[in-house]
Amino acid sequence: MKKSKYLAWAAPVAVGLVTVVVWHVLVKAFDVPHYLVPSPVLVVQTLISDWGLLFGSLLVTLKITFGAFFMAVLLGTVVAFLFVQSRWIEVSFFPYAVLLQVTPIVAIAPLIIIWVKNPSAALIACATLVALFPIISNTTLGLRSVNPALVDLFRMNKASRWQTLVRLRIPSAAPYFFGGLRISSGLALIGAVVAEFVAGTGGTSAGLAYQILQAGFSINIPRLFAALILITVTGVALFLSMALLSKLALGSWHESEVKQET
Amino acid sequence: MSAVPLSAAAARIPVVEVLSADKVYADGTRALSPIELAIRPGEFVTLLGPSGCGKSTLLKLIANLIAPSTGRLLWWRQGFDGVGQPGKNLVMVFQDATLMPWSRLQANVRLPLDLRGVKRNLGNERVAEALALVGLKGFERHYPRQLSGGMQMRASIARALVTEPNLLLMDEPFGALDEITRNRLDADLIQLWWKKRLTVVFVTHSIYEAVFLSTRVVVMAARPGRVLAEVAIDEPHPRTDAFRVTQKFAAYAKQLSEHLATASAQGATGC
Repeated sequence: MKKSKYLAWAAPVAVGLVTVVVWHVLVKAFDVPHYLVPSPVLVVQTLISDWGLLFGSLLVTLKITFGAFFMAVLLGTVVAFLFVQSRWIEVSFFPYAVLLQVTPIVAIAPLIIIWVKNPSAALIACATLVALFPIISNTTLGLRSVNPALVDLFRMNKASRWQTLVRLRIPSAAPYFFGGLRISSGLALIGAVVAEFVAGTGGTSAGLAYQILQAGFSINIPRLFAALILITVTGVALFLSMALLSKLALGSWHESEVKQET
Repeated sequence: MSAVPLSAAAARIPVVEVLSADKVYADGTRALSPIELAIRPGEFVTLLGPSGCGKSTLLKLIANLIAPSTGRLLWWRQGFDGVGQPGKNLVMVFQDATLMPWSRLQANVRLPLDLRGVKRNLGNERVAEALALVGLKGFERHYPRQLSGGMQMRASIARALVTEPNLLLMDEPFGALDEITRNRLDADLIQLWWKKRLTVVFVTHSIYEAVFLSTRVVVMAARPGRVLAEVAIDEPHPRTDAFRVTQKFAAYAKQLSEHLATASAQGATGC
């Protein structure tokens, strides 16, 4: 068991290392110019030398990502709670929540940027729209997925609406909600980057997407790669922290997080 | 948990009276023809019948989870508003254990007390007593998934007992368990009923379970759901597993299965 756990870490790391080495060897062997494909060594060097600039941009992108993620969780949860209050509310409004999901953010971002004066707020609004739907749909589904016999039990004990909500509906919804969090956190980052791309040429808030655009224009490909790596690492970190949060919240009881005893 | 001796008058008041109550669902299905039934204090009444005979519907009527289409029910000679007052406590044990998977056993069993606003310390004491009664002493810190099906059912019964019920409703509680576990739980249940002087209404489709447990068996038939016969099981308590292998037990089982057979024969010609 210990061996397989070790392997679960070692195997993907080995794949990553081999890929980087092959990348380096190929770039050197074919003498590829660094304005087309930089070697991994050069990318790391750029990451270090341009750290001041890139780190500042990372903070800007993180601010938008977390702002959007927070808003998506807040709004999504509120909307889900409204939906489960009555079937009519859900039936009337759910199609519009779907509309939110299927409309490409690139298409409506210019409009939002024109409407919202504050550039940060505009970007957060765009990214929120991208990250919102999984929270709404998962939390709604979760709040509805309550064991009907437990509902009867609460009714027979004359539980108040509030008691039923806190002690039954919310815990029942938790696994679905955390599933929504994982998807939504990644989407918040994607939304932030896409929104920056659309707004980016304005140059008002220099996030990582802005650095990628600028690096592209000035054919500074190593910096473009460095910025790309920062975005990827941020995405992975977000996913892992959501997985950890889910494990902390559900680890003691839910099937998805409980280790199988063999 | 002291058993208060019932006054003569209180002993005569029926716990539940079903007065020509029937149930027709919105789609026109007649789940239950008008039923007349009285449950007296201290009885162990079993509703026995095939699936679709309305026995669960009748139990839900008694639990006030659904309302009758016509007719009415009385609890301790009153409407349902009086239920829940001291001495008029009604609880239900469901087909599945219906424990909350996110709560430890202690919190699960304490739930009815929490919902009534009983202080946690006092609640935990009563939970410990109830768990000891069903043979789950020391499992307070376990999560439901760590227990076997039989143990989960025991916990579900402990959760019912913690409120010191006067009327205990059980909807095929051991139907999902294997026969060996079921027999053991039946034996423990009948002990508990005797010791705590409970009134029980028990739903099952097992003839042997009905004979073993009941003071009275209400045999029901399907299409439409109706009461076919009532059979008193005249065997002294406390009963033990030895009762299962007696001539008397076999005779009762034969009598009940004959009732069920005539019902299904009538049903077949009726369809």
